[in-house]
Amino acid sequence: MSLQLKGVGKTIGADTHIFPTDLELEPGTFNTLLGTTLAGKTTLMQLMAGLEIPTQGEIWFDGKNVTGTAVQSRNVSMVYQQFINYPMLSVFENIASPLRVGRYPRQEIKRRVGEIAELLRISPMLNRKPSELSGGQQQRCAMARALVKESDLILLDEPLANLDFKLREELRDELPKLFAERECVVVYATTEPSEALLLGGQTAAMHEGRIVQFGVSSEIYETPNTLKSAQVFSEPPINLVNVVKRGTKIHLGEATKWTAPKGIPNFVDGEYIFAIRPHHVTPTRPSTTAAIIYGIVDVAELSGSESIIHFQAHDRPWISLSHGVHPFAAGTKAKLYADVVNGLYFTPNGQLVTS
Amino acid sequence: MNKPVNQKAWFFVLPVLLLVAFNAIVPLMTVVNYSVQETFGNNEFFWSGVIWFEELMRNPRFHDSLGRQFTFTLTILAIEIPLGVIIALAMPRKGIWVSVCLVLMALPLLIPWNVVGAMWNIFALPEIGLLGKTLNTLGFDYNYTRQTGAAWFTLITMDVWHWTSLVVLLSYAGLVSIPDAYYQAARIDGASPWAIFRYIQLPKMKRVLTIAILLRFMDSFNIYTEPLVLTGGGPGNSTTLLSIDLAKKALGEFDLGPAAAMSLIYFLVILLTSWIFYTLMMRNEEQ
Repeated sequence: MSLQLKGVGKTIGADTHIFPTDLELEPGTFNTLLGTTLAGKTTLMQLMAGLEIPTQGEIWFDGKNVTGTAVQSRNVSMVYQQFINYPMLSVFENIASPLRVGRYPRQEIKRRVGEIAELLRISPMLNRKPSELSGGQQQRCAMARALVKESDLILLDEPLANLDFKLREELRDELPKLFAERECVVVYATTEPSEALLLGGQTAAMHEGRIVQFGVSSEIYETPNTLKSAQVFSEPPINLVNVVKRGTKIHLGEATKWTAPKGIPNFVDGEYIFAIRPHHVTPTRPSTTAAIIYGIVDVAELSGSESIIHFQAHDRPWISLSHGVHPFAAGTKAKLYADVVNGLYFTPNGQLVTS
Repeated sequence: MNKPVNQKAWFFVLPVLLLVAFNAIVPLMTVVNYSVQETFGNNEFFWSGVIWFEELMRNPRFHDSLGRQFTFTLTILAIEIPLGVIIALAMPRKGIWVSVCLVLMALPLLIPWNVVGAMWNIFALPEIGLLGKTLNTLGFDYNYTRQTGAAWFTLITMDVWHWTSLVVLLSYAGLVSIPDAYYQAARIDGASPWAIFRYIQLPKMKRVLTIAILLRFMDSFNIYTEPLVLTGGGPGNSTTLLSIDLAKKALGEFDLGPAAAMSLIYFLVILLTSWIFYTLMMRNEEQ
């Protein structure tokens, strides 16, 4: 029961919301759409669901072309960022509503609602109205509604975005378990790279209406194939700086240089963009091969367990993320270490230099 | 426990107190004053107790105009509220037509009441008015200056034309505040249009509808200018609503005592009905 997008695109007037996209999602997988606001995550989900009709391309489900099929005949569920429940109905009736439309027998409805409520830990609230629940419980109720029918495709559009930190963590930990036993395609949209990694499964990194990379989440994080993909998958933003390769050395500005990685045949001399994640730029020296970066501190954010230092070096802003408390006064000079062996090299047009 | 007393706070309350006093309390108390006294020429007043209230309660003229008032108000509510909701549901949510519809809807609300009355007075004239002439040409015997039924029909049509827009605008505001995701969720469920209305739109419109019903109730209960200009309360007394009756009594006959008593009862009816309605609606809200 795989979901296939074949050259699916969506344009509204002169605006292209989704550029032609090919994507195949397997049943029983957890897929994350990762991208900033307006990257096209929601539009892509609506196309998958059938809430929007693509202006080009075809959507196939389980070997059938469902491009023109109405959403209610597709067996799809969706959970939204807002907590969408019927305000007048009890939690029980809310969860039961998709089953009532499907004309399930009474006992079956009762059993299924009971099961799913147990799973989402809202059994004691079944007789209440959604307005009498906390935000987290309201979203659990909305999720129960999506899970109660055996959907082939479950779409979750930033379901945790409106919850506070604690509830978000709690629900996020439960999420993969909820879907573990199911033979459906799960698609989850988020703006947070850490969520994509924590939830596991596969990630499609999105940028301005395109899927820039699709694959196993941790692999994309390790080796983003383009600069865009690296930027989408880094929070705080990845540090980018222009470097020049000459011989066996990489030169950053006049004074800083380090040994270029060896054994990459197409890594010829010339200009490259060097990308290094903030946690590989630290105030303490991580290894003897680390390059020294001198900068002027903009601001240092100290959270106790972590320090985020924003600073200027080589005519551009940098971010350093390190463990422990490292106070720096704004405007002072700072000496930081970039653990360059963990850096990535991109060609000026944004392709990863790989072996 | 010795709390510090700060008398300065009075200066902040005083302006509002003065405003309310001159705006509401003083006029109201003047009316209360009139309602318990007998007036003679030469500005002489005598205490008469509740005699005017007793008389009013037994007066068939008052019963009739109160009855007509309720008939009018309930009829226009029964028409304007559902009609307003239906029009609001049919209005576009996006695009240039939104502003066009909104302006068209707001137009009747901008016309002064006596102009509306005069417009409909001429519009419905059987010999020369577009509506009256057309109806008569089509074979209906229609003359609102002579027939009670025709007068009521014109009066109610006029009010529906004038005020349904208010219900439309309020309902529309309620409708557009519903996030798109609700409709999408309902589509995914395969919910019928009736279910969408019953379980999403109506509950979300409940607050604005409560306000709309209250406003329409109070306004229609207070209506004076339009029927006065349109029919002058006639034919006979058939469209003499409470306010017209009251004005006749107070200004036409200069019976200050009975008119004041009538005003107070009139005021209490509106206050009580609005309060009961509002309490009931809001209690449901809390459940």
